[in-house]
Amino acid sequence: MIKVENVTKYYGKRLAVDNISFSVKKGEIVGFVGPNGAGKTTTMRMLTGFLAPNDGEVEIAGHDMLRHSLEARRYVGYLPESIPLYTDITVRSYLEFAARLRGLEPARVKDRIDAVVSLCHLEEYVDSIIGKLSKGFRQRVGVAQAIIHEPQVLILDEPTIGIDPLQVAMTRQLIRDLGKDRTILFSTHILTEVSTVCERVIVMHQGKIVAQDRIEKLATILQGGRRLRIEISGPAEQVASRLRKVDGVTQVSTKGSRHVVECSGAQDPRAAIMQAMVESGWTVLSLEALAMSLEDVFLKLIARQEAKQ
Amino acid sequence: MKNTGTIALRELTSYTTSPMAYVVGAVFLALTGIFFGYSSATYSSTSVSGYLGPGSLVLLLLGAMLTMRLIAEERKMGTLELLLTAPVRDSEVIIGKFLGSLGLLTALIALTLYYPLLLSIFGDPDWGPISAGYLGLFLLGCAALSIGLFASTLTSNQIVAAVVSGGILFALWFVGQAASFLPKDLGNTVAYFSLSKYYPDFTSGMIDTRGVVYYLSVTVLFLFLGIRSLENSRWN
Repeated sequence: MIKVENVTKYYGKRLAVDNISFSVKKGEIVGFVGPNGAGKTTTMRMLTGFLAPNDGEVEIAGHDMLRHSLEARRYVGYLPESIPLYTDITVRSYLEFAARLRGLEPARVKDRIDAVVSLCHLEEYVDSIIGKLSKGFRQRVGVAQAIIHEPQVLILDEPTIGIDPLQVAMTRQLIRDLGKDRTILFSTHILTEVSTVCERVIVMHQGKIVAQDRIEKLATILQGGRRLRIEISGPAEQVASRLRKVDGVTQVSTKGSRHVVECSGAQDPRAAIMQAMVESGWTVLSLEALAMSLEDVFLKLIARQEAKQ
Repeated sequence: MKNTGTIALRELTSYTTSPMAYVVGAVFLALTGIFFGYSSATYSSTSVSGYLGPGSLVLLLLGAMLTMRLIAEERKMGTLELLLTAPVRDSEVIIGKFLGSLGLLTALIALTLYYPLLLSIFGDPDWGPISAGYLGLFLLGCAALSIGLFASTLTSNQIVAAVVSGGILFALWFVGQAASFLPKDLGNTVAYFSLSKYYPDFTSGMIDTRGVVYYLSVTVLFLFLGIRSLENSRWN
């Protein structure tokens, strides 16, 4: 549904997006992560036709965004980072304007407004002036505007920024629901959000894509081995030095009776560790494999990218 | 076409919710009212040139004031992203905005029609010259709005937009007078580009085709520049 090929964008002389390519299949929910200034917003603006790339091609539902822009834009619903609201009118007249602008037939406008208002839980505020709404509700109006024309592709730029935790949870649920029959690309710098909402993640840093894959896969690829947390009753220092001697163990860090063990390669040293402890007469109280958190993955990816340069 | 109408209507309604339009409109009516009262009392005539003449300068200010927010505010508020990512042509955005502001300007001009109505109560005005004068005012208004709209596409700051459009408008208005200091042929050529060259003909009751063509050309030219400038913002 979304195809980006060798896209580059300069702001004046500053390179904002550096030759990126990716695609999003129909029905996929993809998270777009990266630190501030990574080029996420610029990329999304090119996907929606707000900005034109200096080089490369953007295709939405098979329509080229540059040559057949109007056709391509028809398929897209967009929530920009700064929510595009007219603060002097009511939610209803705003949604009506957005619907007409998006080319919805006049006969369907009323039904669609009712539908998005109930989907975004805006019933009580539909006749309020937008300027008087709180940030959270404005954000919901922004989402309502993006889905009013039932677009096949949804592009959401930081949809959960600056709203309270309850509304964040609600927005995430909404994204999941919408994602059942749509293609969604949404950006965030809250990494836990990615793991709760989407299937695949694209990581950007300094205008480049540093990784794109399924979340679990990214973590294991980067880890390049396993990490175990073991609790052992026994003299800590002796335990640690015995652990280091086990085949495959590269590093041990100790805190009280807990030891975090890093292992290299594909081999599973758990059996060997158990045996070594039993032989030394110490008891293993617990042993668990640690998954790398998304934050770890992210930091590691960026570090790897910087090391390459 | 449908999109142009949607945008024009949205613009027109947003004028009615902002105090700006009321204040600008009130000032316009007050000033033309003063000109009308003064010229009628002084010359005891039923001609409208007494207030349509000086009213032109007020109209230029009005044009700059009414158009300064059209694109600049959308850019500042981020709503331009809504307009430019919707399946709407840039030309539809600009022409819609232009028609919205023209709607308000036409309404304001129509309100001044009560001056000739007053004249018709106390005298017997000649409606031919009055129509010609109003046509001139309307055409000058179209040109002023398109210049203001163009200036508004250049910036996200409304004040800057107003100053730029005011600058262009007054430069084009007074370039006619400045032309008299230039060598004869050059001066005549420059004078042709002046917004003020054809205006007196209209207010004295003459409809000159050259004037009509001139004002419409200026309007189309600046609408075109506005469209190009809006397109250009996608590339920066």
